[in-house]
Amino acid sequence: MSGATSAAELGLCSCHVCNLVSSPGQGTGQAHCPRCGAPLHFRKPGSVARCWALLISAYILYIPANTLTIMETGSLLKYRKDTIVSGVVELWRTGSWGIAIVVFIASVTIPLLKLISLTLLLVSVQRRSGWRPRQRTRLYRLVELVGRWSMLDIYVVALLAALVQLGNMATVKAGPAALAFGAVVVLTMLASMQFDPRLIWDPIQKES
Amino acid sequence: MNDTDHKPEFSDIPDAISEPKRRFSIQLVWIIPIVAALIGLSLAVKSYMDRGETITITFKTGEGMEAGKTKLKYKDVQIGEVKGLAIAKDRSHVVVTAELSKDARGLLVKDTRFWVVRARISGGNISGLGTLIGGSYIGVDAGTSTESQDEFIGLEAPPAVSLDVPGRQFVLHAADAGSLDTSSPIFFRRMQVGQVISTELDRDGKGVTIMVFIRAPFDQYVKSNSVFWQASGIDLTLNTSGVKINTESMVSILLGGISFQTPQDRIDTPTAAPNNVFTLYQTRDEALKHAETIETYQLVFKESVRGLPVGAPVDLRGVTVGEVTKIDVALDSGNSEISIPVEIQFYPERLRAQYGNRSKQVKPLGSRAYLNDLVAHGFRAELKSGSLLTGQLFVALDFFPKAPAARIDWSANPPRFPTVPGSMDQMQKQLMQIAHKIEKIPFEELAGDAGKTIRTLDTTLKSAEKLLRNLDSAVIPEARSVLQETRQSLEDVRKTLGEARKTLGGANQVLAADAPVQLDLRETLREMSRAAQSLRVLGDYLEQHPESLIRGKREDKP
Repeated sequence: MSGATSAAELGLCSCHVCNLVSSPGQGTGQAHCPRCGAPLHFRKPGSVARCWALLISAYILYIPANTLTIMETGSLLKYRKDTIVSGVVELWRTGSWGIAIVVFIASVTIPLLKLISLTLLLVSVQRRSGWRPRQRTRLYRLVELVGRWSMLDIYVVALLAALVQLGNMATVKAGPAALAFGAVVVLTMLASMQFDPRLIWDPIQKES
Repeated sequence: MNDTDHKPEFSDIPDAISEPKRRFSIQLVWIIPIVAALIGLSLAVKSYMDRGETITITFKTGEGMEAGKTKLKYKDVQIGEVKGLAIAKDRSHVVVTAELSKDARGLLVKDTRFWVVRARISGGNISGLGTLIGGSYIGVDAGTSTESQDEFIGLEAPPAVSLDVPGRQFVLHAADAGSLDTSSPIFFRRMQVGQVISTELDRDGKGVTIMVFIRAPFDQYVKSNSVFWQASGIDLTLNTSGVKINTESMVSILLGGISFQTPQDRIDTPTAAPNNVFTLYQTRDEALKHAETIETYQLVFKESVRGLPVGAPVDLRGVTVGEVTKIDVALDSGNSEISIPVEIQFYPERLRAQYGNRSKQVKPLGSRAYLNDLVAHGFRAELKSGSLLTGQLFVALDFFPKAPAARIDWSANPPRFPTVPGSMDQMQKQLMQIAHKIEKIPFEELAGDAGKTIRTLDTTLKSAEKLLRNLDSAVIPEARSVLQETRQSLEDVRKTLGEARKTLGGANQVLAADAPVQLDLRETLREMSRAAQSLRVLGDYLEQHPESLIRGKREDKP
């Protein structure tokens, strides 16, 4: 790996849109793709900063997402407001252990792990760490892959809220946490998109 | 790697187009976390602001309530929610924890009331049917106090009247609640003007306290001397004027109710203050009878009150001026004496009517001084027997000039009116005195004396017997002979009488009108009368001519 030459070292970069490889030259101005006219960068510009910004937003919204009610369910006999955790507890208590575990993993563990993973990646990149680049890249791929599945909860709430509207008999309403939770998922996805995994390899390239 | 080897291969790579760089001082992306932070902060602030007040309400049961579901509603607007239900430590009641929204904070004052709204069918109204479908909720009635509080005791039944309805509340005392219940109607001139808020047993169990609410503007008709009576059912009276049926509306016949009235002649009296206490009478007649003022006194008797029922009249020379309301027994442990305090209701106005003129002269009407004055003149209460057959007693008020000085003990509650022992009691006392006197007689000595006397008597009797025996032997034969002689004499007398009867028979014959003797006799008598006549003539003549005795009869001159 260390023997490979990166395009950046050769003063070449590829267009993000049409993937045409060109040489941006030594000019101080903004380079543009000669074929499609898109701006050219060696690496995603401000990748780390943007990623941090989105990540911090996600962290902030993660708190209301878990403390506020995500779903209000009302029926003739029952009326309850559930947060994510209380919903999981209720499912566990009523014997639906499988669903409880699924919901817990999809709605609590995965967003949290995503946030932690992205933080880890960002910190390691900023410190120009050469620590296990391959594993870190795999982690990044995993984060990207798994990101959208966290929206499961939101889908359930949105579907139920739309479908179960039987007046006094039964109602399902999305709570404010649903919005926050959706925002967390979207923000983490955006953050992982903003992250440029090539940055993991750059310090190693320099050493070689 | 050889850079120079590779470089020509990239010679066909086109050069990028260069443009002057735009200046970017701040990355726009940082707006996102700022917005997120603002959202998060606003959510936090909102949830903190909306947190509201957590209160606890205690109820007897948790029927129909559910944590997280049961709402708190004020004027049918949701102001909070039950967060938890717990059993109190002593397991006597249920503690409901409720969270109220922040705009309901002003409702949490001392006299705010909470009750569970359930479907209720009571008396004439059905309420809370909506709760059958929507579930129970906790009703809230805002108090007017300014003192805030967060622990409340829930009502078991919904309050009959909301606190913000204008009107006034009054307290009625009655012997029993009759058929009254919460929300029983109150009538004034047969118009419904209010309702019963609550009926409660007095703490001492001696009566019932009924809270009533009279809506404005009708509350102004409740005067300080108004009388209340139970308008429950039908009041049927049969008297010399015929049958009289007195009823209120049909509703009150079925459900009971209260009526009130103000005596006509005193319409200018001030309206009653809120929470004024009135007595609730059983019937209208009784109420109107009691429209006058009532004073309660206590009479303490030492004698037995057997035969004195509660309700017995207090009588002043035949005029009822009160009645007995309570009879107790008080044991004075100090000198182990039993006294019987009797409570009476006294209608002083009747007494004033009796002594109206005098009282006006002496003391102001109805004053204590006036009664003190009466008592100083020997005005006392005593127990009198109404009927010797049944032994019924009544309390009689009268003047006892010889009674020991006493005065009304105004410091006691109720004031203690002096009494004198009743005639029965006095009789008993006299009997006791006699008994005491009998007891004092020295029966043993007397018995000894009597023994002696008897012995003496015995000897006396013996000698008497001897004497009698002597008499028997000596006197009786003599007497017998005397008797025999007497009998003979009687026989003789009888014979003599027989002869006498014969003689009389003869005389009878002689004396008969047609008897010859009688005829002769009559003739003789006639002769004798003639002779007497001649004699009288002679006498007269001699009187006029006494000389004729010597000279003889002078010849009449021609």
